[in-house]
Amino acid sequence: MLLSIRDLRVKAEDKEILKGLSLDVNAGEVHAIMGPNGSGKSTLARALAGHPGYEVTGGTVTYAGKDLLAMAPEERACEGVFMAFQYPVEIHGINNSYFLKAALNAVKKYRGQQELDAVEFMQLVKSKARLLDMDQAMLGRSVNEGFSGGEKKRNEIFQMAVLEPKLAILDETDSGLDIDALKVVSNGVNNLRHPDRAIIVVTHYQRLLNYIVPDFVHVLTEGRIVRSGGKELAFELEERGYSWALEPGGSMNEPAGART
Amino acid sequence: MPTANDTIEQLAQREYKYGFETTLETDTFEPGLNEDVIRRLSAIKGEPEWLLEFRLKAYRTWLEMREPRWHNLKFDPIDYQAISYYSAPKKKPELKSMDEVDPEVRKTFEKLGIPLNEQMLLAGVAVDAVFDSVSVATTFREKLMELGIIFCSFSEAVREHPELVKKYLGSVVPYTDNFYATLNSAVFSDGSFVYIPRGVRCPMELSTYFRINAKNTGQFERTLIVADEGSHVSYLEGCTAPMRDEHQLHAAVVELVALDHATIKYSTIQNWYPGDKNGKGGIYNFVTKRGKAFTRAKITWTQVETGSAITWKYPSCILQGDHSIGEFYSVATTNNYQQADTGTKMIHLGKNTRSTIVSKGISAGRGQNTYRGAVKIGKNAHGARNYSQCDSLLIGDKCGAHTFPYLEIKNTSAKVEHEASTSKIGEDQIFYCRQRGIATEDAVNMIVSGFCKEVFRELPMEFAVEAQKLLSISLEGSVG
Repeated sequence: MLLSIRDLRVKAEDKEILKGLSLDVNAGEVHAIMGPNGSGKSTLARALAGHPGYEVTGGTVTYAGKDLLAMAPEERACEGVFMAFQYPVEIHGINNSYFLKAALNAVKKYRGQQELDAVEFMQLVKSKARLLDMDQAMLGRSVNEGFSGGEKKRNEIFQMAVLEPKLAILDETDSGLDIDALKVVSNGVNNLRHPDRAIIVVTHYQRLLNYIVPDFVHVLTEGRIVRSGGKELAFELEERGYSWALEPGGSMNEPAGART
Repeated sequence: MPTANDTIEQLAQREYKYGFETTLETDTFEPGLNEDVIRRLSAIKGEPEWLLEFRLKAYRTWLEMREPRWHNLKFDPIDYQAISYYSAPKKKPELKSMDEVDPEVRKTFEKLGIPLNEQMLLAGVAVDAVFDSVSVATTFREKLMELGIIFCSFSEAVREHPELVKKYLGSVVPYTDNFYATLNSAVFSDGSFVYIPRGVRCPMELSTYFRINAKNTGQFERTLIVADEGSHVSYLEGCTAPMRDEHQLHAAVVELVALDHATIKYSTIQNWYPGDKNGKGGIYNFVTKRGKAFTRAKITWTQVETGSAITWKYPSCILQGDHSIGEFYSVATTNNYQQADTGTKMIHLGKNTRSTIVSKGISAGRGQNTYRGAVKIGKNAHGARNYSQCDSLLIGDKCGAHTFPYLEIKNTSAKVEHEASTSKIGEDQIFYCRQRGIATEDAVNMIVSGFCKEVFRELPMEFAVEAQKLLSISLEGSVG
């Protein structure tokens, strides 16, 4: 088991958002977390990444046998947890490849691996950029500055490709993307599916899941996972709406977190 | 659960690494200021009558003046009678070579990383070091002399090149200019003098290093740089002081004269003692810097201000000649209780004059950072252009950034652009870096250096690296 979340409770701005969420994720699996606005999807993503604005008030998260909640955000990153941001942040004056090199070498240093020099890094970056159809010029621009919505999201997945995480959490990666950008980004993610890597896709719409086909779908409502199932659950949700998922006796009744 | 703001609080714990004191025998005047003090000062320096007159006229003017009150700074009144107006290492500072410098002084400069020796040759930097009030060593003078370049202490210039000093002293900053400049004109002790002859491109960076060491002394240095027609010079000054509980006054004047087609690039890395984290001690830095650019001349001010409890400084350009260019690139950092009111004035008098202002203010802790800039376009300045960009970066939520741009335009053909922004190193920006594996302190340094990029690239290469390091030291602990 790569990730095991038990009864997780999280507060943001003094309001309890996650109210006892449990979820198990194995390496090689792709899990989709779906839910209406305000259900706590992004809170889950940010709490797992260690965002300081989110306070964990209860529960446990075990990641690769370690207590994830005890780690600082940068430690989590170095241990292989990656989050693709819903709103990637701009950093003026720092070019994209410089930023990524600093990140990659910080991770390598943490792991006691040899840091990459500029030449090795550029070779790596070029091969990964091809994967996402990234313009070389984008590497030389300031981090996310002046990027379109699609470019920002593409850049997130590009960073993921370079950092090669064990657990990737994609927070509403489809929001603000047109259909072409969605295809490119999804392609990038699919290329990064790997038996050693788990991916959690947080999304509001089923649309993304046509391109990134999940192994499991979970419905999150009011801070808890209320339904879990296979990829069909996403279609059913799309058809019937989230309110249906709340009704007792829906077609999928396997309780969240019960699967091992 | 600690948030970025709590950790920002922790960051305000920085150490000032230049805070040591050197024990030396010094000649120091009793505190106090009157005409006799000025006469004694002038006599010690063996000054000609005209210079004494200049000082006395300034002093009499100063008596009638009052400290300016328009700045956005708060500090206790300065008692000008409690300051000593002259302090110098006792050994006669009449030195032929570096070996003759007092070993204690040399040790100090070595600690500061000012390589006052053969290394300088490799670095290609000629240094004039001002210790308290007296210039103690000027390196590479002979080599420069071969090109006709004069680089010496101000006192020496008065003795050796009185005609040049007399012609240009006060020609850009008159002795009536402002309270602090007028005080400086009365009591200035020493400083640097540079003359670049016609058509000569100075082959190395010229540099002055200022150090205030003695207690209760003010430092009033005077720098005069004259670039004759078609010449070129790049000049750098650095400043440090020991840590003391009381405030010390630094009121310098820098005058630049760029004659037709000449270029002067003046860079400052100011790291005076900023006071401790509770705002105790630190240098009061009230400095007047101004350059006059004649036809097709260019003056560039680049400053990185990380020190001082109070910074009051507006390096300015009078664009007198047609097609002359003025530039101002500034990074000013305030942390803890530091206050800075800094900016520039670009005074366009000639036709087709151009100016660029790029100001980056960084506030952390309880620091207050004010940009104050004026762009004046005279009625004959046809085709004048200005571009101003003022960006403020806030770290934490107890600091402040203020921007006061003044525009005075008397010619309708002028084109003036002003852009301003204020941003905050937010939790989100830091979190983004941390999520990618970059630790908080490194993230802050990265964000700050990106913010300052446009200014750093104007600095001479080796000093750009220095400036970046200094900045990260000065913000150390502002986010933890």
